[in-house]
Amino acid sequence: MNESLLRELVPAVIGVLVRRGADFAAAEDAVQDALVEAVRGWPDDSPRDPKGWLVTVAWRKFLDAVRADASRRRREELVEAEPTPDLGTAVDDTLQLYFLCAHPSLTPASAVALTLRAVGGLTTRQIARAYLVPEATMAQRISRAKRTVSTVRFDQPGDVTTVLRVLYLVFNEGYSGDVDLAAEAIRLTRQLAARTNQEEVAGLLALMLLHHARRPARIGADGRLVPLAEQDRGLWNTRLISEGVDVLQAALARDRLGEFQAQAAIVALHADAQTVEETDWVQIVEWYDELVRLTDSPVARLNRAVAVGEADGPRAGLAALAGLDPSLPRHGAVVAYLHERDGDVVTAARLYAQAARSAPNIPERDHLMRQAARLNAQLRG
Amino acid sequence: MAKYLLLKHYRGAPAAVNDVPMDQWSQEEISAHMQYMNDFAARLEGTGEFVDGQALSPEGTFVRYDGEGRPPVTDGPFAETKDLIAGWMVIDVETYDRAIELAGELSAAPGAGGKPIHEWLEVRPFYGVQPTATE
Repeated sequence: MNESLLRELVPAVIGVLVRRGADFAAAEDAVQDALVEAVRGWPDDSPRDPKGWLVTVAWRKFLDAVRADASRRRREELVEAEPTPDLGTAVDDTLQLYFLCAHPSLTPASAVALTLRAVGGLTTRQIARAYLVPEATMAQRISRAKRTVSTVRFDQPGDVTTVLRVLYLVFNEGYSGDVDLAAEAIRLTRQLAARTNQEEVAGLLALMLLHHARRPARIGADGRLVPLAEQDRGLWNTRLISEGVDVLQAALARDRLGEFQAQAAIVALHADAQTVEETDWVQIVEWYDELVRLTDSPVARLNRAVAVGEADGPRAGLAALAGLDPSLPRHGAVVAYLHERDGDVVTAARLYAQAARSAPNIPERDHLMRQAARLNAQLRG
Repeated sequence: MAKYLLLKHYRGAPAAVNDVPMDQWSQEEISAHMQYMNDFAARLEGTGEFVDGQALSPEGTFVRYDGEGRPPVTDGPFAETKDLIAGWMVIDVETYDRAIELAGELSAAPGAGGKPIHEWLEVRPFYGVQPTATE
C-alpha cells in the first residue's frame, strides 16, 4: 500500500474517532501516530482492511494518550462509559473535517496547515518543508489551530467557500519543498468534489486541472519562467485539459456561475487555442467581465486589461487600467507590456526594469529583468 | 567548522569593477550569471559546506517603536544613501581562508560582457558555540 492511498483514509479515520468520543485534537494526533506505525510496519503487504486497521491502532493510541495524562481522567471515564456509536452515520466525516479545518475562526495560514495535516494526512515535517519554516514553528501553528477549533461542533454544517479558499491557497503555493502542493491540492479538491454537489467546487477543480496541465511548459530547461504566449503547447497535458474542460462544462451547464468557474473558463479558452494567435481574446474579455462583476477584484481588472489589450489593442488595454492602484502586484509589468505592444520601447524598457525591482518572486523578477534587457539591446541596435 | 555569512549589497558596498546594471546586459549574459550562481550553491551543497541562501527584494522600510499605544514610526522606502542588502549565503567551512576563497569565487560571477563582476561581498563570521571542554 503506498503512502498516498494511506493518506486518503486519514480524514475518515479521524471522523470515526471523533464519533466515538475523542476530541478532534487528540483524534488527529492519534491518527498521525497510527499512520507512522503503518508506514513503518506495512513494508510489503498491507492488512486486508487498512481503514479498520488504522481505526483500531489510532483508537489504541488515543486511549494510551488519555491514560497517560492524569489530568484527563474525567474524559477517560466519559470515553469508557460511552458505548461505541454506530460508524455508519449519515454525516460524511471527511466532509466535516474539511469544514472544521477551514473554519472561519482560523487564519488562512493556520487553516492551510491544519487541512494539510488532518485532511491531507501529511506530517508536520512535510508541511514545514513545503512552506520553508522550521518544523517547531509549523507544529506550533498546527496545535494553536487545533485549540482554536476545539469548541467547534464536529457535526455543524460548514461553509464550502472557506474550504475552497484554503484549497486554492495550497494549490498556488505550488512548487517548493518535497511535497507537490499543487498535486496535493488537486487530490483534496477531487475528494471534495466527489462529496459535494456544488458548482464552485467543480469550478475550482477544473481551474486547478487546467493550470496544472500547463505546468510542464511553464518553466524552461534553465529554470526560467516561460510566459503563456511563448509556451510549447505540445508540452501541455491534454488528458488533464480534457478532464478539466469536462468538469467545467458540467458545472457551467447548471447555470450557477461563480468566480472559480469564470476563472476556469478563461484558462480553458487558452487551453483550447492550438497556437497563441488562435486565442479567442474577445470571449476571454467577456469572461473577465463576468469575473469582475462577480468579485470586483482589482486583480481580475488588471488581468482583464491585458485581455482587452489583446482584443482591442494596447491603447484600449492601457485605458482599462484607469482607476487601478499602481502599487497592485504586477501592475507595473502589465503597463510595461502594453507599452511595448504599443511600440513605445523606451518606456517599456524602463518600466520592465522598474517592475523587476518590485517583483514578488525570483522567477518573475528574472523574467522582467530579461524583458528590460531584451528591449535595451533592441534600442542599442 | 565555522559558519560565515556572505552578504551581497544592492547599495552600500564599494562599486564593483564591472558595474553595469543588469537591465543593460544581454539575455545570454543574464543566463550565464544565473547559471553561475546556481552552480555555485549546488557545488557547496555537494561539498557539505552550504547552509542557506536567500535573496531579498530591494523594497524595504525602516521601522521604529514610538512608545506605548502609538503606531510604529516608519522611514519610507530606503533612501538612496542607505545600505541595502540584496541577499546572503551562509556557509559552514573548515577555515577562515576557505570562507575568503569561496567569497572570491562568488564575486567572480559573470556580468556584462561575460566578464566577472568583481563585486564586493561582505564576509562576516558567526559567533561560534562555546566548547563543552574548555580546558
